[in-house]
Amino acid sequence: MNYINYLSIFFWVLITGLILYFAWRYRNGNKEVGPSHNTALEITWTVIPTILVISIFVWGFKTYMTLSRAPGDAMDVYVTGQKWSWSFEYPEHGVRTTNELVVPVNQPVRLVMQSSDVIHSMWLPAFRNKMDVLPGRTTTVWFEATEEGTFRFYCTEYCGDAHWNMKGDVKVVSAEAFHEWIEENSKEDTTTPLPELGAKLFQSKACFTCHTTDGTPSIGPTLKGVFGHTVELADGKTVEADEDYLRESILQPGAKIVKGFAPTMPSFQGQLSERELNGLIEYIKSLK
Amino acid sequence: MSQQVAVADKIVRHRVGHHWPNAELEFSGAKLGFWIFLCTEILMFGGLFVAYTYFRSLYPETFHEAHKTLSIPLGTLNTGVLILSSFTVVMAIRSAMVNQRKAMLGYLYATLFLAGAFMFVKLAFEWPHKFHMGTLPAAFYTYDGLSHVPKPHIFYGLYFVMTGLHGIHVLIGMGLITWLIIQGHKGVFYKGYFTPLEIVGLYWHFVDLVWIYLFPLFYLAG
Amino acid sequence: MSTASDIATQAPSMPKEHYLNATRGFKSWALTVDHKRIGVMYLVSVLTFFLVGGLLALLVRLELLAPGGMFEQKTYNQLFTMHGVVMTFLFIIPSIPASLGNFFLPLQLGAKDVAFPKLNLFSFYIYVVGAIMAIVAMIVGAVDTGWTFYTPYSLTTDTAVVITVMAAFVLGFSSILTGLNFIVTIHKLRPPGMTWFRMPLFLWALYSTSVIQLLATPVLGITLLLLAAERLFGVGIFDPALGGDPVLFQHFFWFYSHPAVYIMIVPAFGVISELVATFSRREVFGYKFVALSSVAIAIIGFFVWGHHMFVSGQSEFAGMVFSFLTFFVAIPTAVKIFNWTATLYKGDIQLRTPMIFAMMFLIQFTIGGLTGLPLASLATNVSLHDTYYVVAHFHYVMMGGVAFAFVGGLYYWWPKITGRMFDEKVANIGAVLMFIGFNTTFFTQFLLGFKGMPRRYFDYDPEFAGLHAFSSVGSWILGLGFLVALINFVQSLRKGEIAPANPWGGTTLEWTTSSPPHPHNFVDTPTVSAGPYDREHAPAETGRAAA
Repeated sequence: MNYINYLSIFFWVLITGLILYFAWRYRNGNKEVGPSHNTALEITWTVIPTILVISIFVWGFKTYMTLSRAPGDAMDVYVTGQKWSWSFEYPEHGVRTTNELVVPVNQPVRLVMQSSDVIHSMWLPAFRNKMDVLPGRTTTVWFEATEEGTFRFYCTEYCGDAHWNMKGDVKVVSAEAFHEWIEENSKEDTTTPLPELGAKLFQSKACFTCHTTDGTPSIGPTLKGVFGHTVELADGKTVEADEDYLRESILQPGAKIVKGFAPTMPSFQGQLSERELNGLIEYIKSLK
Repeated sequence: MSQQVAVADKIVRHRVGHHWPNAELEFSGAKLGFWIFLCTEILMFGGLFVAYTYFRSLYPETFHEAHKTLSIPLGTLNTGVLILSSFTVVMAIRSAMVNQRKAMLGYLYATLFLAGAFMFVKLAFEWPHKFHMGTLPAAFYTYDGLSHVPKPHIFYGLYFVMTGLHGIHVLIGMGLITWLIIQGHKGVFYKGYFTPLEIVGLYWHFVDLVWIYLFPLFYLAG
Repeated sequence: MSTASDIATQAPSMPKEHYLNATRGFKSWALTVDHKRIGVMYLVSVLTFFLVGGLLALLVRLELLAPGGMFEQKTYNQLFTMHGVVMTFLFIIPSIPASLGNFFLPLQLGAKDVAFPKLNLFSFYIYVVGAIMAIVAMIVGAVDTGWTFYTPYSLTTDTAVVITVMAAFVLGFSSILTGLNFIVTIHKLRPPGMTWFRMPLFLWALYSTSVIQLLATPVLGITLLLLAAERLFGVGIFDPALGGDPVLFQHFFWFYSHPAVYIMIVPAFGVISELVATFSRREVFGYKFVALSSVAIAIIGFFVWGHHMFVSGQSEFAGMVFSFLTFFVAIPTAVKIFNWTATLYKGDIQLRTPMIFAMMFLIQFTIGGLTGLPLASLATNVSLHDTYYVVAHFHYVMMGGVAFAFVGGLYYWWPKITGRMFDEKVANIGAVLMFIGFNTTFFTQFLLGFKGMPRRYFDYDPEFAGLHAFSSVGSWILGLGFLVALINFVQSLRKGEIAPANPWGGTTLEWTTSSPPHPHNFVDTPTVSAGPYDREHAPAETGRAAA
């Protein structure tokens, strides 16, 4: 990369320098007559750039091959891109996260990705790697973190309203901390009070991307004060927002669409335990 | 800009556009322009043929099974009709080149009739049958006889887009031939000027040629 | 300027009969088949859409001025979509070829008109219809797909995608018919003595552009038709839910849209060749290399579309081939830059307004070209793809390159088109503002890309705030520069000095006829006996005395 940068800067300074110098040196009134062509010179400045760009190509291709092929000992994490959040699943431990990828340091990680709706793209700027995430096809991208810390990842394929908010963090931790984290998260949380659990899930499942809790409509309707009220649906019917309605809206979002909103919400079927579901419902009930 | 001046023998003499040095260059320019236009048409259909090839290789058994639902007799009939119409259009140009206006008009009417026959077979027999069966693009697909192969609607999607776009070209051609007939009655074409005939003729051969490819790809190849 | 010239001391006067006053009234314009009037109508249209697209860009930059939402996120997505569609399909593709090209192709060639004048008018009206469709669809239908219409997003959004893509299809038709007209004109209407290698380089550029338009546009046409059909009937080829392949759409789309980049830039190369030759008072260094490099770019440009898709899931092998070929487009482009620079060597350089634009073009376009290298290289592309680095790169080529060449060309040919001079001081102030504004706006975006800012983002993390604010302020300076130019053009029309036939000392044929030109371009058909930039056989310079 530095090689290309220096080369580019060199040529830019050369061209700009020559243009400005000639413009000054041969300004208005020069009587000398320059040559109309010079075949040797022209061939030279065709051949030299050709050699230079081929060298850039070879370097780029070699590096690209290491970027696209994960080493054999890589840890797989399954990724689903959806409007507008990322879900991660650690296959051996049954742990799921949203918009947060926790990985051990010095361990190659391979993301096995697919999309449940439109094309997204997983960009890990700190690890200089990126791959599109397609519906109906699996793609992979890998990286190895060499230091602990928190690094952003982004969706870089435009995917609609909240494309800009489809981002999260890679948390690189020590191997021990990673195992502790896995331990903690593979157990079902049975102690946190329900509304608090719901509030946590509301953040970690990125519900806030589309639903506000302050009364302003966003991509989806606001959840403030929704419980117990009558909701007007897109097909003209109305429905009482009780526990059963909230439950259905989380598991089968397409069943009853609120008037004025597009049916874009993904289903959370299979991603929440009964207790977590109850937690979310309790949390929504608490938003008055 | 070409202007026309009526003369006694009911032939309307063509006047060369002011920016052209002579009539030969004007004629060759018009032909070159139209050949270039046909290249763009070929590239447009080319995109469709690429899509056809890609999906055929993706779902070979679908294309094999689905093609059996098309009627080879009707397809063959239409192929014959179009080939014959290419012949009549050539004869129309030839008639104009030897100043036989009546023959020219006769051949043009024949071409128009054959084009109409092609569209009639398509719109009165082939397509209604498919509407009835439900062998249609995905949004309207209801046929259940092809449930043993994957994605049969893609075959019909491509079939309707490709033969539909071809059909639109036939309709445009019918419009152009009608215009030629009107101009022909006015006496515009004679051996000194038949550029529009020549150009519509080229267009019509192209429409014919597209069908010559569509017919085996959809009806015959299994 | 040649103060010694006798002619220069006489005040020039308007010719008695010229294309602007030959006939009068609305119908004489609306139904005209004169390529010059059609060129002027295109010019007014593309400048209008440039203004619209520019205002949309200012709104986009306003949203990004500081973190936090100023508009709704949906509104922002619609704004950048409209900016992209207007700038691509309504401004930059037709900009130079349809306006300056229409006006000057026959004049530089020595012809009385294009080959098919009625077709020329027809294609203008197709453009108008397409433009109205696009604008109405985007305003009423709130299209939010980006100008690239990627599937499956464009299949799922409930906005007016069908009408917008049909508008682009219609506009493509206009582009095809113009290209066809130009090719036949150059083949068939060259006057005696005008051999291929005596053609001005602007004509070589227009010829190459036309070839690309003809070969690429039909593929875009069918792609957009298929997209519309997919939405309406569910053809199934782009929709993964129906067994289709969304990446196929990207292949089809970039098969057109990469060559389309050359539809935009190659005419700009042509303009720059004319400006550099005229204001260096010498022939373009290595004329044949420059002429043929346009053709080379046109050909190679067709085999590089996959470099837009290195991270789309296409095979590594495809990535390798496309990357390799992409580097070879860089070569003819680099050759042009070297040749223009060498043209300045031992020239007699006149730093007039158009030349200042040409120099700004060279400096900016070189940045645009060189920053393409990391994008062509696979390893670096993977990280930079779809970031602000890409946004900066193509704006350096399109805005810093094409738009600057367009404005430079407009200043160059303005006296010929309108018969009036403009205020060079004001023009130069505008030029400096544009240069500062442009580089402030877009160089910053290279840095944003390096820092990790993805494109098409309505809002961003606080760490990017400083650079974004800087970039937005730059956009205001850039806008101010264009405003100065616009006022200058209007002032010139109102009270500009009467222009002589050859104010700049140009050597090509358009400078042999009056300003504005005769309705039939030349009173007598010109005969050509020397190369385009041969100063011995050139028309006499009739410029104003130097101040």
